[in-house]
Amino acid sequence: MNHSLTRYLALRLFATIPLLLVISILVFVLVHLAPGDAASALSGGRAISQEAMDALRAKYHLDEPMVMQYVLWLGDAVTGDFGTSVQTRQPVATAVLDRAPLSLWLTFYATVIVLGAGVPLGLAAALRRGSRMDRSVVTLSVFGVSTPAFVSGLFLLYYLGFVAGLFPVFGTGRDGGFLIQAWHLTLPALALALAVMAIVVKITRAAVIEEMEKDYVAFARARGVPERRIVLSYLLRNALVPVVTAASVIVVATMAGAIYVEITFALPGLGSLLVDAVRQRDIPVIQGATLFFSLFVIVVNVLTDILYVVIDPRIQFGKAAR
Amino acid sequence: MSERPMQGMIKLSLGAMSPALWVAAACVLVVLVCTIGGAAVAPGSPDVQRLLVGDTPPSAEFWAGTDKLGRDVLARTVVGARTALIGPTVVAAGAFTVATVLGLLAGYFGGWIDSVIMRGVDIILALPGPLIAIVVVGVTGGGYWTAVSVLVVLFVAPDTRIVRSAVLVQRSQPYIEAARIQNIPRHRILFVHILPNVMPIILSYAVLDFAFALVNLAGLSFLGLGVEPGTADWGRMLFENRNILFTNPTALLLPAAMIVVTAGSINMLGDRIREAVAK
Repeated sequence: MNHSLTRYLALRLFATIPLLLVISILVFVLVHLAPGDAASALSGGRAISQEAMDALRAKYHLDEPMVMQYVLWLGDAVTGDFGTSVQTRQPVATAVLDRAPLSLWLTFYATVIVLGAGVPLGLAAALRRGSRMDRSVVTLSVFGVSTPAFVSGLFLLYYLGFVAGLFPVFGTGRDGGFLIQAWHLTLPALALALAVMAIVVKITRAAVIEEMEKDYVAFARARGVPERRIVLSYLLRNALVPVVTAASVIVVATMAGAIYVEITFALPGLGSLLVDAVRQRDIPVIQGATLFFSLFVIVVNVLTDILYVVIDPRIQFGKAAR
Repeated sequence: MSERPMQGMIKLSLGAMSPALWVAAACVLVVLVCTIGGAAVAPGSPDVQRLLVGDTPPSAEFWAGTDKLGRDVLARTVVGARTALIGPTVVAAGAFTVATVLGLLAGYFGGWIDSVIMRGVDIILALPGPLIAIVVVGVTGGGYWTAVSVLVVLFVAPDTRIVRSAVLVQRSQPYIEAARIQNIPRHRILFVHILPNVMPIILSYAVLDFAFALVNLAGLSFLGLGVEPGTADWGRMLFENRNILFTNPTALLLPAAMIVVTAGSINMLGDRIREAVAK
């Protein structure tokens, strides 16, 4: 079991390399085909001397053919050198690592809310199928799916932050302790969680309803298994499998939402780093941040595959039910 | 599935609609009127600037107040329906047109055609879509129509999967076998026999694509990457008015609410249509 786990993990991680290459090539080609001279973008649009321009061209290998440029960039990237930001002169790797913790905290906090509230809500709605509570949960989840994180963020920011004054409307509480930081990140995490939660509620509800009709539930009831046990360790456990199957959708939605939430709440995370870089055509940062984001998505996807087996031991590694 | 699924669909949508669905349909109708009418149905000009007035909260003259440049927020919201509906219509129609052709080919012929198409689909699905959209639209600086095209490409992948699996169901039906035996040309089987039968499924998912595209396009405009600066667009209004949230919150909350109400209503209708088709 342990042996197969290691082997499976190694295989999965190995398989992510081509995907990362495709993404990096895509971004590279795009950035270099985009209107405007790469050299002038790399100089940050400032007028600089001919020598400085030549140095820039040499540093980013702009006189080489594009294929060579990419290979040279890749060679540096493998050693952790992603170049320096055009705008801030900060090494890209440093900028990314500086801002990653905030984004990771935000997505972690949101995920806790999504699973902690979304799964129970979906379960409760399914158990009282057709009731008024069920109908409102379904309607709310339809609107939840249609509410992008920047819209829910705006409403939370205005009503809970400004009008009610319950939460801070600015800052990350970075200098404060854990509780102060958590307090600062509550509204952003909530905004991020709402849209994703709607997906989880829908899937959980549908899965529980499907499982409820299965024979094993009827047999368990007939044997006199306590209802509590039927719901928690029979129904819920089986109903979680489709939730985990949808994990890649959920992860991408959370990550995209995090970008928008960081902009809405002016949080200095990876998302705002990327959007600022895109707005200013900060090529090295765009490349580095995109790659890190993609890596993050892929790693989380591999981790959720492991979760499968924890939830449903019948599933074997590499034969995950898709 | 009945022989004429389209008819059944229409009957169902008029027959068993809950009050919530009627409200959703009414909301869509209002937005549709705003899209067609544009500035003509707006309470005033959306573009007239009143720099001396600046941003003001809602008043008798301007029901939703004014933005930083003194423009009428309500008028801009009404006119903003246009970019909110046109782009997503193009995305849903474009993505499903391409996906229908690819899905028909992959599902009906199978073999290497299927492999090539579906591997391409797998690659696009493996990309973190929203991230790619931000980078592509931002870096090329292409604006609204680039955003629309990128979304078409990203949406083709999941849509092709949907069409393909619907085609696979049809292909094993006896009527297709009968048509083959009668030597009916393949293009006729594809477009005259199979296509009408997968059409309800395609249409019901296209509605969901539409709502998803609306939210995505608004998001790109919210980042300042979608529509041209100055365009009256709900997402763009959130971007341009982000600094006046505390002086005239309506300038943000109104377009934000419009995004949710429109996308939510369309999603509700889409879910209902999908249920009707699945029966």
